[in-house]
Amino acid sequence: MFRRLLPHPLLTPALAAVWLLLVNSAAPGHIVLGLFLGWAIPLFTLRFWPEPVRIRRPLTLLRFVMVVLYDIVVANLAVARRILGRPERLRPAFVEVPLALTSDLAISLLANTICLTPGTVSARLAPDRASLLVHGLDVADAQALIHSIKQRYEAPLKEVFEC
Amino acid sequence: MSEMMDYVLSFLILTGAVFTFIGSLGLARLRDFYTRLHGPTKATTLGVGSLLVASAVYFSTRGEGVSLHEVLVTLFLFITAPVSAHLLAKAALHLRLKSLAKAPEEAGRPET
Repeated sequence: MFRRLLPHPLLTPALAAVWLLLVNSAAPGHIVLGLFLGWAIPLFTLRFWPEPVRIRRPLTLLRFVMVVLYDIVVANLAVARRILGRPERLRPAFVEVPLALTSDLAISLLANTICLTPGTVSARLAPDRASLLVHGLDVADAQALIHSIKQRYEAPLKEVFEC
Repeated sequence: MSEMMDYVLSFLILTGAVFTFIGSLGLARLRDFYTRLHGPTKATTLGVGSLLVASAVYFSTRGEGVSLHEVLVTLFLFITAPVSAHLLAKAALHLRLKSLAKAPEEAGRPET
């Protein structure tokens, strides 16, 4: 019963927060409206989110977000330097990263993270979800790239969203 | 507003402008579709990011209450930018665009 009324308990406060930011006000009326939207929208979009989202280690998630933000800044500097340098020297490559994640949410978060960070774009998920094809702007060592993706991003995501 | 604040804001806005420019420059300088994809998606996140921080600080210190719209812009940008980059890359693989990197064999095959 509880699960049917509130299929995604985490989504409700998140949507309410987004609503308050959108109207840029914290008036009681808007808080109530935000909570109502946070309750109603998950009900109507239920079929897009078949599996419940469970965050097991909030602290690990927070550290992961910090690592990603730091990497984004470093990525920007690295990419800027490569763009300003000589384009002929770049070594672009496709790298196949084997996945240990299984849940949809974790995989899409990993793909998004890869797109946001150092000179890499996730290009394709294998039909069997066993690997993710990643395009690197300047890959010196494919093994090192795979290792760093697995170590820095995949491991914490696995800890947070799967067991 | 103090003079110090002006310097901080100018620094943020200039950083944002420089990174956004470098991102666009990437479109002109890089040599194949896949590498070009990296310029606008990466260099602009920091560029737009610092512009947004500057905007939030400026409008918050003007005395009309805290301005947090920028947080939302950042959030939506970080959700949509990687998704569009991923879709562009996927479409490019599907169409077998010319690539400097050796494309994986099965990549061009249409998915079932």
